[in-house]
Amino acid sequence: MNPKDTQLSVRNVNLSFGGTQALVNLGFDVRQGEILAIIGPNGAGKTSLLNCLNRFYKVESGSIQFEGYDLTKIAPHRIAGLGIARTFQNIALYTGLSTLDNLMAARHIHMHSGLLQSLIYWGFAHREDISHRMVVEEIIDFLEMEHIRRSIVGSLPYGLRKRVELGRALAMEPRLLLLDEPMTGMNLEEKEDMARFILDLHERQKTTILLIEHDMGLVMDIADRVVVLDFGVKIAEGSPQEIREDQQVIKAYLGEAR
Amino acid sequence: MAILRPAGEFDTSYASDMATIRRPWQWCLLLVFLLALFTLPFYASQGLVALVNRIGITIIAVQGLSLLTGFTGQISLGQAAFMTAGGYVSALLVNELGWPFLLALPAAAIAAGLVGLIFGLPSLRVKGFYLVMATLAAQFIIPWFTRNAFQDVLNGAQGLNVQVPVIFGVEFNTPQRYIFLTLTVLVLTTILAFNVTRSRLGRAFISIRDNDLAAELLGVNLFKYKLQAFFLASMYAGLAGSLAAHQLRHINSETFTLIDSIIFMGMLVIGGLGSNLGPIFGAIVVEFLIEAATLLGPFVAMIFPAKSAGVVQALRPLFFGTSLMLFLIFEPRGLAYRWQLFKAAWRLRPFSH
Ligand SMILES: Nc1ncnc2c1ncn2[C@@H]1O[C@H](COP(=O)(O)OP(=O)(O)OP(=O)(O)O)[C@@H](O)[C@H]1O
Ligand SMILES: [Mg+2]
Repeated sequence: MNPKDTQLSVRNVNLSFGGTQALVNLGFDVRQGEILAIIGPNGAGKTSLLNCLNRFYKVESGSIQFEGYDLTKIAPHRIAGLGIARTFQNIALYTGLSTLDNLMAARHIHMHSGLLQSLIYWGFAHREDISHRMVVEEIIDFLEMEHIRRSIVGSLPYGLRKRVELGRALAMEPRLLLLDEPMTGMNLEEKEDMARFILDLHERQKTTILLIEHDMGLVMDIADRVVVLDFGVKIAEGSPQEIREDQQVIKAYLGEAR
Repeated sequence: MAILRPAGEFDTSYASDMATIRRPWQWCLLLVFLLALFTLPFYASQGLVALVNRIGITIIAVQGLSLLTGFTGQISLGQAAFMTAGGYVSALLVNELGWPFLLALPAAAIAAGLVGLIFGLPSLRVKGFYLVMATLAAQFIIPWFTRNAFQDVLNGAQGLNVQVPVIFGVEFNTPQRYIFLTLTVLVLTTILAFNVTRSRLGRAFISIRDNDLAAELLGVNLFKYKLQAFFLASMYAGLAGSLAAHQLRHINSETFTLIDSIIFMGMLVIGGLGSNLGPIFGAIVVEFLIEAATLLGPFVAMIFPAKSAGVVQALRPLFFGTSLMLFLIFEPRGLAYRWQLFKAAWRLRPFSH
């Protein structure tokens, strides 16, 4: 696929909860290999959009195409296999497992041991575990998590848990990575680390990244393009430079924030 | 932190790092322990052998529940009903079709697994309390079935007399012999449980338990894996049911009851959810407590002579209930968790304090 091709295209998507319209005729494209930021005030519908991509929410109308598949018509558990991974705004790790096992669990779609192989273990399942362990160790190195490899993630501090969750998403080797506010609640140093990881990752793997983030400075630094939502409506789309100068955005979002 | 090993020794490769047992001396310890168990009939009283035999069978049933409830997070009160299914299937295969016990046992496990699968179907739609109610249905339907269906084969409420297992001409007709059978199956089921929980299947199970939304997002087919957990749990119940039926030489709709299912759950909680040692610790502790109640019974009866007959009967549930409550208050994570802490301290010795 060429770098400028469209990888994900969202068309006329509508979603509502009772009376509130969470997404209104939303449409935009994500291009292969770019970092697209989605910004907007609280309640703008950013997380709801990701939930539609994962089919946690069912869109009322519209289509979401990913590399030729219509995501609105695919079973939720099959979306991972298409190459889409995600982190959550409120962290959704397997709290009872170690960092290592959280990442190993994320290799699920790339592994093949079934009921019988798992019961017998020696042989196929064992070899498979070892070869996937190597991939996981690379990610642990990359995210500088060696020291928490064996820690039960439920007991890790918030910033590290966010990092483990990123690691778990990377272990899926996605072609599209959805990050829901990966830096919220972090201190400055942790934020800088996280931004560095995201940029590094993007550089090395050319993974497409759809990033939801509140920190405007950060978004302006790392995003290729920005989509702005307000009350479920797309009010602007363009380069960080264009967004910064957009009157409507300043009124709806930046004006409020600064 | 999975295993006992002193500070300073580090793993040289992933294979040994992932091994459940990592040091030669741990293998030795395990072997000595197993040897002591298997030679029990040569030095222990018949009563103790019978008790260990019963505990062994109970552990197998609780191991199944552990895979389903402890690792996959699907609460079930149907384990005793699936034992009934396994017991009946095994009895019929041996009695009616003349199958050798060695074939009837795995067949009973698979049959019970399939029955469990059916009662696991609601797990796709409901969780927690509602799933408990759904599995409870098994506890009513299966005994009802054995009492009322195919009465000419199942013999209604009377139940079936079950033959003594014969393997290669050896009759397993005393506790001293039967214990070899029970322990062999127990060793196997323990190995299988460890295998499952450290592999892709086990990680999928735990994913579902810890966060089913995230699990689905990571590509785990919830329905498929929940059903596999129900299948495995019921297979374990089937093995336990078959072993128990052939030992008791009888089975009817009341051999394994809802009370047993509840006690299994209590054993799992006391032993520790989400650990393969949990079922072993839990079953041993609870069975010994119940045994203690039996031993204490006569003394308590002296204090309340008027009710002496009922005292022993009353003490057992009292002991079980009280210990369950104490554990829920003081160590809700169970004995296996204590053991983990102990091993962690051991690994860091001499700097444990
Ligand atoms: N499951 C739900 N049930 C009812 N309403 C919902 C649900 N999920 C989202 N909403 C509503 O949809 C709107 C968009 O919410 P969403 O969480 O997508 O916003 P957001 O842009 O992610 O906000 P934030 O920046 O606070 O994370 C809000 O009005 C919210 O209350
Ligand atoms: Mg949100």
